[in-house]
Order: sequence, then C-alpha cells, then structure tokens
Amino acid sequence: MYTQSMDTRSKAEIEQDVRAQLRSAQDVQRSETFEARIDAGDFIEAKDWMPEHYRKTLVRQISQHAHSEIVGMLPEGNWISRAPTLKRKAILLAKVQDEGGHGLYLYAAAETLGVSRDQLLEALHSGKAKYSSIFNYPTTTWADLGVIGWLVDGAAIMNQVPLCRCSYAPYARAMIRVCREESFHQRQGYESLLVMMKNGTSAQHEMVQDAVNRWWWPSLMMFGPADKDSPNSEQSIRWGIKRMTNDELRQKFVDATIEQANILGITVPDPMLKWNEQRQHYDFGPIDWAEFWRVVGGEGECNRERLAARVKAWEEGAWVREAALAYTKKQALKSKAA
Amino acid sequence: MNTETLKPKADTATEWPLWEVFVRSKAGLDHKHCGSLHASDAKMAIQLARDVYTRRQEGTSIWVVLSSQIVASDPGDKGAYFDPMEDKVYRHPTFYELPDAVNHM
Repeated sequence: MYTQSMDTRSKAEIEQDVRAQLRSAQDVQRSETFEARIDAGDFIEAKDWMPEHYRKTLVRQISQHAHSEIVGMLPEGNWISRAPTLKRKAILLAKVQDEGGHGLYLYAAAETLGVSRDQLLEALHSGKAKYSSIFNYPTTTWADLGVIGWLVDGAAIMNQVPLCRCSYAPYARAMIRVCREESFHQRQGYESLLVMMKNGTSAQHEMVQDAVNRWWWPSLMMFGPADKDSPNSEQSIRWGIKRMTNDELRQKFVDATIEQANILGITVPDPMLKWNEQRQHYDFGPIDWAEFWRVVGGEGECNRERLAARVKAWEEGAWVREAALAYTKKQALKSKAA
Repeated sequence: MNTETLKPKADTATEWPLWEVFVRSKAGLDHKHCGSLHASDAKMAIQLARDVYTRRQEGTSIWVVLSSQIVASDPGDKGAYFDPMEDKVYRHPTFYELPDAVNHM
C-alpha cells in the first residue's frame, strides 16, 4: 500500500531548515555539488552529503509510507478469519504478510537516514507521524476487500511506480521490491470482484456497488491535496523525491480505472464524471477536502481503533523483544566463558 | 545499504541489532545484497530474512551479517579512489583493433 503525498510541516519550519543549512562556505559548496548531482539524474546514497531539508523530507515521507503499510494490515486482517473460502483466506494471508514486508523494507530505508526504528515507531504511536487516511475507514463487507485491492492498491501502484526512480537510492530500491509484489494485490482484488459480479446473486452485486460507493472518494484522496494546496510539492519534484504531482497521478488513476469499472459492470459515485474529448481525460467532480483533513486530523471513523491496535501490539510484544535480547546476551557470555 | 547508517540519535540499547541480508537467487549465482532487518541473533536473522526477502522463491541460500561489522569505502574518497581507472582504456579488449580475420579473438 502506500502513503499520502502531504507535507504537514509549516512553511516557516521548512524555511528555517533551508536557512540553517547554508551556514558555512563549505556547506554552500556541498549544496552546489548536491544540486548538480540531482540535475544530472544521479542517485543519492545514504552516506552522501545531503541538505538537511532533503533528509527531513525523506524521513517524513518514507516513514509515513512505512506506517501506512503496517496500519494497512489492520482493515484487511479484520477479514482473515471470515474469508469465504480457503483459497481467499490463503490469498488474503499472503497479501497481509506482504504489507508487513513492505513496511519493513521502508522502515529499513528510513533508518539509513539516521533515525532509529524505535524513534519511527514512537512517532507513529504518539500520533505525531501520519499514515494514509484511507486506513481509517472500516471494512464492513467482504466486497470491501476486493475493492481495496482494486482501488486502494491500484492507487498505491500509480503512486509508487514513479517512486522507483526517486533520487534517494535506498528508497528507490525498496520501492522496486514493493512494486514487484503489489501487482498481485490489485489483480486478486479485481478478480474477486469479477467473480461476484459474474457469478454472484443480485444481493452480491449490490454489495460490490455499495463498497465502490464508499471507497471511491477516499481512494481519490490517497493522492494527497490538490497541487495548488501542496506548496512543498515543487521542491520535492525538483529534488527527484517525487516524480509526478498529486493531481497528475490522480487524473491518471481515474482514466485507468473507469474502463475497469465498465468491465466489472459497476459505476462510480460521481455524477460529474465525463469523458472530455478535448483533454483526452475524464473530468471528475470536486473532492471533499474537509473530509480528507478531518480524517487526517484524527477524526475518521477508525483512527482511534487503528492506533490503539498498533500500540497494543507494540506494548504486548515488549517482553518478547526483551527476552530475545536477554537470551542473546546470555549466549554471548556463555561462549566467552567456554 | 544500512551499513551506511549514521549513528541513531535515540537510545537504541533495547533495539535488536541490524543485519544485512544477502540472497543467492539460484545455484551458480553470487549472493547479492537485498536489504536489512533487525533480529536479536543470527539464527533469528536468517529466519526473518527468509520471511521478509524470499516469500516468492527469490532465494536458495541466505547470508546475514551484522551491519556494524561491515567496513565500507568513504564516499568522500570516491573520486580519488575510482577516477584513476577512467583513462586506462587499454585495460579493455575493445581498445585493440585487429584485422577482421582474427577480430573474434
């Protein structure tokens, strides 16, 4: 899954970083070398010099992305014990395990920037760090799981593919691995919906349509605020941290998805959706940004439940982490004594 | 690679150490670095590496090594270290022009 493209820091904070950066003549020179490397399309590795703002932007974006993967396991985990067949259960288990793996690749990439895993988790648990708002919506029917695969993972792929060319190499490498695995997520979701639409009862058709109605707009919100409200997007694009703007990706997603909806035989809940011959794109209705910011701000239907589940898992696992470490230390002492 | 990690700022005494993972994708090929993970000891690192990095038969063998044990060249020395090889084109076979009759040499 994936993260939302949003910078929740204030402009003043960012400017302060930029100012703090350019103190010495040496820094000015390093900064120029860095910019030249970016312009030449070079990849930046963990030990290379980088501006503080670049580092902070990456830590925020990668950790937000990692948190999204881990929290994203929860809405789907809800259905593992209720999957309709053994086949679907095995598929769902594999998918949820993948999400956990994606979280790990990304945490590891973030750690190369000089933050510890514990710091990252502490930021999630305290509510300081964000994760994608999509996971604060409940999964109420089996069709939700298919729609999450199709739309939510579909939106994630749309976002993640350009990140495989991110200028920060450890992030790009993690994204290549994630993208390779993500395609199965979208295909299994779409296929499960196809089965329901083709072989299902009318009640099951309605269930699919209802799920699409509920997930469509939150999926479009996954691309983050409109370009005009993303003041820091431009810098991220300049630095090759982002490769396409939020609105460009959103449009690409809508264009690709409508055809798939037609094949399924469902509609999306947007009366303003219309093919625009001139633009060669679909026009679509306005997004409810008040809802987006409400959910990001903690007032979504499941924010509290999701965070509480993560904190509980962390706290209840504490004794396991401590015991494993104690065992390792004891073994080391033993082998020294021998 | 996480070996290049800067010193974490927080107290990490309770964190499991970091390991680098190398996977041999099939017999006959080299082990290749594929990522890193935290584990309390080597046995657990191997086990977790299997779960994290070979869920789709990506490997037939795994190496793990403590990240702290890896010594790397300094990126600041990159130019001084590697650039001297740039003008030594005579080290490549294509530098030598031979008659067509023996050019497959």
